[in-house]
Amino acid sequence: MTYLTHDGSFPGILSCVFYAYEHKLTDEVHISRGNVLLPSLFVEKVKVETSPSKAQRVADKVIAIAGKSKLKDLWRASLSEIPDIGTTIFEVIQLLIKNDKQILMDYGHPAILKWIKVLKKISRERHRMTAFVRFELADDDTYYATIEPDFDVLPLIISHFKERYADQKWMIFDLKRNYGIYYDLNKVEVVEPTNDDNKELPIFSIQLNTDEKEFQGLWKNYFHATGIKERKNRRLHLRHVPKRYWRHLTEKQPA
Amino acid sequence: MNILANAAKYDVSCSSSGSKRANQAGGLGNSSGMGICHSYTEDGRCISLLKILLTNVCIYDCLYCVSRKSNDIKRAAFTVEEVVTLTLSFYRRNYIEGLFLSSGIFKNADYTMERLVRIAKRLREENFNGYIHLKGIPGASEELLYEAGLYADRLSVNVELPTEQGLKTLAPDKTHKQLIEPMAIVRKRQTENNRDKALIKSTPKFLPAGQSSQMIIGATDESDHDIVRLSSGLYKKYNLKRVYYSGYVPVLEHENLPKLGTPVPQIREHRLYQTDWLYRFYQFTQEEIVNEDNPFLDLDIDPKLSWALRNREFFPLNVNQASYHMLLRVPGIGVSSARKIVAARKFSKLDFQKLKSIGIAMNRAKYFITCGREYMSKDMETKHLRKLLLREQNSKYSTTLTPQLNLFS
Repeated sequence: MTYLTHDGSFPGILSCVFYAYEHKLTDEVHISRGNVLLPSLFVEKVKVETSPSKAQRVADKVIAIAGKSKLKDLWRASLSEIPDIGTTIFEVIQLLIKNDKQILMDYGHPAILKWIKVLKKISRERHRMTAFVRFELADDDTYYATIEPDFDVLPLIISHFKERYADQKWMIFDLKRNYGIYYDLNKVEVVEPTNDDNKELPIFSIQLNTDEKEFQGLWKNYFHATGIKERKNRRLHLRHVPKRYWRHLTEKQPA
Repeated sequence: MNILANAAKYDVSCSSSGSKRANQAGGLGNSSGMGICHSYTEDGRCISLLKILLTNVCIYDCLYCVSRKSNDIKRAAFTVEEVVTLTLSFYRRNYIEGLFLSSGIFKNADYTMERLVRIAKRLREENFNGYIHLKGIPGASEELLYEAGLYADRLSVNVELPTEQGLKTLAPDKTHKQLIEPMAIVRKRQTENNRDKALIKSTPKFLPAGQSSQMIIGATDESDHDIVRLSSGLYKKYNLKRVYYSGYVPVLEHENLPKLGTPVPQIREHRLYQTDWLYRFYQFTQEEIVNEDNPFLDLDIDPKLSWALRNREFFPLNVNQASYHMLLRVPGIGVSSARKIVAARKFSKLDFQKLKSIGIAMNRAKYFITCGREYMSKDMETKHLRKLLLREQNSKYSTTLTPQLNLFS
C-alpha cells in the first residue's frame, strides 16, 4: 500500500498519478492532500512534488482518450477539496487507460459512481452560488459580494458572472478560502490579500452607495410580500435555503 | 410595492428557464436556458423573478381574486419608470433573473396590454437582456400581443378555472373561448416566426420561452379528469411550455366559494404536477392516469405508483432487458435512473445492490422488478402490496419528503 501526498492542486494530483505510473505501483495507491493525517505504520509514504510538465502529460493522455470535457470534469472533482478525491481521480484515469471512454458510463463501478456523485455535489454548489451571491453597490461604483461556499467553486462561476454583468464592476470574495474574483469591465482577475492579517482589499473597507440600503429594504419587503402565509412550509424552505447560506443573503438580514 | 407584490403572489409560474438570450454589446444580463432560483419564500416556492402587478385596479369581478372590483382593498399602481428602475436595480444585485409583470385590467384590454408592452420595451431599450414574462390580457389586439412577444421571453394567459361551468359561477365575465383566443393568436405567430426564421436568419426573437397558462384548482367541484383533459389539450393544441396549477387559497367570503379556513389543496396540486410530469417526460398518456373510470387522483400515493398497482400484469420487469419506455413506468425509477440503467447494463449485469447505488428508490422499485431471479411481490395481493407501500412511505414521508402532509394529519 502506498500513500502519495500532494499540495491540494489539480496539477499536484496529476503529478501523483504520473508518479504511480512511473514507479509502476501495483499495490493499492492512495492519493491525498499533504496536510491529511495518514496511518503511520507499515505504509509507504511519498510526498510528490508538483510538476507542471508531468501533470500535463497525464492531462494530455486523458484528453486523447476521453476528450477535454472529461479532463475538465476531473479538475472539477478536485475542487471538492475532499481529502482522498485524488484516489478517485487516479482510479478513473486507470479505468480510462485500461478500457476506453465508454467505461465512464459504467455507473455500477464504485469509482465512477463516486466521481459522478462528487461532480453532482460540485455542480449543485456552483449553481447555488450563481443564485445566492448578493451584490452591494459601494460608492466606488463597484458591486461587492462575499460568499462561503462548501467547495472551491469560484473558478466555476467566473464566466457566468462575466457574461451576465458585463457593464458593471464587481467583486466576489470567498471568505473561507480568502481570495476573490474581480471584474473591471474588461477582464476577471483573481485577487488575494497579500497576507492574512492585512485586509487591504477594498472589500474589507467599502462605503455603501447612498441608495444601497433603500434597495436592500425594498428587496426584503418584496421577499416577505411574495410569500403566502397560508402555505408556510419551513422545512421545505430550509431544504432550499440551508441556514449556512443565510449570513450572506440580504433578504435574511433583520429589517 | 407590498400591495402589488402581495396581489401577484398567487401567480404560480416562477420559471425563468427555457429562454436563450445572450448579453448583447456589453449590456446587462442574459438568459442562459437554465433558470436560477435566487431565493425561496417561506412557503418553499422559488423566487426567480420580480413578480408584481402593474396595478391592482380591475374592472372585472372574479370571485376568487383578491383584486376583484367589489373587494374593498387598497389600490395602487406603479409608474413605468418605477418598474424599470426596480427591475434593473434588483437584477444588478443578483436578486432576480428578471421580471414577471401582470396587471389588473383597467379601462380595457388594449389599454392594459399596451402599458405592459411599454415596460418590456423600455427594459430592452436599456439593453436589459434578462428574462421578461408578461401576462397576456384576453381581448387585447393581435398587434399588441405580437409586439409583446418581440420583447418578452414568455407570455401567459390564465385559463383561470378548469371548467366552463366553474367560470360561470365564479367569473361570469369570462369564458374559456375568450381566454384561449390569445393563445391561439400567439401560437399562429410562433409558427409564422419559426417559418421565417428558417428562411431569414435575422428574423427577430419571438417569445423564446414560449407561452404558459395556469388554473386554480379546488375553488369549484371539478374532477382531476377535467383538469388533466384541459391541460393536456392546451399542451397539444397550443404547444404550451407549462400549465401551472394553483391550489385555491381561501381569502374571500362568498356563498359560491369554499369556506374561509378550508385547507389549501396542496397534496392534490402536487399529484397534478406529478401527473403533468408523467405525460411530459415519462411517455404516459393522460388517459392512462385519469379517465372516466378513475376521475380522481389517489391522494395517498403518487400517480405512477397508482398506475402500476392498477396494471400489475406488466410486472415484474427484468431491469437487465426491459426497454427504456417500460423502465420509466417502474415506481422508484426516474428519467435519469432509467438512462443510467440502460447505459450501465451494457457493462455488467445489474443486481439490487448496484441499482441502489445508482440511485433507484428500491423501497418502491423492488416490488416491480427482478434482476433475473427473485421477484419480491410474487403472489402478493394488490391490496396487501398497497398497504405495505403506504406504510413504508408514511414512516419516511411524514418526517422528510412531503411535510405538507402535516397540515392534514
